[in-house]
Amino acid sequence: MSARALMKRPAAPFVFGVACLLALIALIEVLIRAGLINPFIVPKPTEILWSFERIILEENVLPRFLLTCGEALAATLMLSVTGISLGVLLHRSRLVRLATETWIAALASAPLVLMYPLFLVIFGRSAWTIIMIAFVAALPPVILKTLEGLSGTRAVLINVGRSFKLTPSQLYWKILFPSALPTIFVGVRLGMIFALINIVGVEFLINFGGLGQLVNELSERYDLPGTYAAICFVILVSVMFFIGTERIERWLRPGT
Amino acid sequence: MPTAEPILVVENIVKRFETQDGVLTAVDDVSFNVMPGEFLSVIGPSGCGKSTLFNVMGGLLDGYEGRVMVGGDTVRGPHASVGMIFQEESTFPWRTVVDNVAFPLEIAGMAKTERIERARHFIDLVGLDGFERRYPAELSGGMRQRVSMARTLASEPKILLMDEPFAALDEQTRLLLGDKVLQIQEELKQTTLLITHNLTEAVQLSDRILVMTYRPGRTKRIVEIKLPRPRTSEVVGSDDFGRYGAQIWAELREEASKGLQDDESRVARDGGRRA
Repeated sequence: MSARALMKRPAAPFVFGVACLLALIALIEVLIRAGLINPFIVPKPTEILWSFERIILEENVLPRFLLTCGEALAATLMLSVTGISLGVLLHRSRLVRLATETWIAALASAPLVLMYPLFLVIFGRSAWTIIMIAFVAALPPVILKTLEGLSGTRAVLINVGRSFKLTPSQLYWKILFPSALPTIFVGVRLGMIFALINIVGVEFLINFGGLGQLVNELSERYDLPGTYAAICFVILVSVMFFIGTERIERWLRPGT
Repeated sequence: MPTAEPILVVENIVKRFETQDGVLTAVDDVSFNVMPGEFLSVIGPSGCGKSTLFNVMGGLLDGYEGRVMVGGDTVRGPHASVGMIFQEESTFPWRTVVDNVAFPLEIAGMAKTERIERARHFIDLVGLDGFERRYPAELSGGMRQRVSMARTLASEPKILLMDEPFAALDEQTRLLLGDKVLQIQEELKQTTLLITHNLTEAVQLSDRILVMTYRPGRTKRIVEIKLPRPRTSEVVGSDDFGRYGAQIWAELREEASKGLQDDESRVARDGGRRA
């Protein structure tokens, strides 16, 4: 089979992506071995690879991974339900939108993670503190993108609905909402990124379980390969959630 | 064939809009009737209020003077007897062809099996059989407009309103889709009102053509098209077609020129403001 025919296969982009990643890792390995990158800042990829076994067996990475996943899942579910509902409220009420939109946008860029002592006082040193900080910090993009998606529904689709005498509720569920879903999912993914950053950050700060705590412990011990291996697990959580939301989006809104 | 009672009555419609430059009268005292089974086209230059009239008749626009009656009922909003096909692409991208066409039946509460069966009938009617499970993104512009047409026909309206449905398509596709419209109209005896600025399309399809003046939109003349039915796009090559085309263009030319001059003076004025 020719190279051109291979590139046309459906799996080609995935294979190409993995090949690029492996090539980059190999390049870093070569640059470290050649002394061009300081191994005390970036450990050799082969050392990171060998450290996986150690952090899985000795550092209890699986329960920590599951805890971070659980926190991320709880925060994502909460921010999806609340964020989308608030976005719908802002779309329906012009007064509420005009009164709050700027504040919500400002909140999106505020470093809410610094308020962790307040959350500790309210929720105690528990997973709920982490989930609630992630939820609050990740809410604005979901609200704003929901509003953007609903407001961006093409007027002609609304007119089609009106011409078929849809009730306001039918218009929302049959036309506005499915039309807005791609933009809403952009918001949910953005929210998820914000949530995961905050989850790992607060786990790191308050030293409470999860992958963030593991990264903290390993870096304190100056176990660089182990630290990078733990970071790989954080990336794995992010990838899993991205794939999950993509699947849900395709299921809810096929044809795109 | 047309009977004595009109199915659509448009009486003294006046529609004004508030604009930055003051009040703009888009439609001024337009009246006409449409008989059951008749195909009437409303033609006029861009900006003559054709689409405003379309929205008034479809019940999507209020705040106008005059009255629109459908089968004896005064229109006060979207009416179950009026089906609308829009100029812009209006299929639902998240629904397959069959689900798009079944949409009005789903809203009406019809059982799934029955509505899918009925949707298939209308898909066949517009010549899209075999594409039922495709999504709009997989279809051409002409096919998507046929999906919109099938969806509106599935609601079985007494009057079909079409606002330049083929405006975005090339001339050849437009002529061929005109054949499809003629065939459907022949089969369903569908009362149809077409808003268009395309002279060929209007003569090819219509029993009568209402020519509108440029801003404010008024009735300039109603021309009866006595070309034989059933028709196909082959009619465009006939001498009679040429004569009707010339006659309507004679009426339309002056109005189109006014529109062009108006556009040019507006651009010159706005350009002067910017300078």
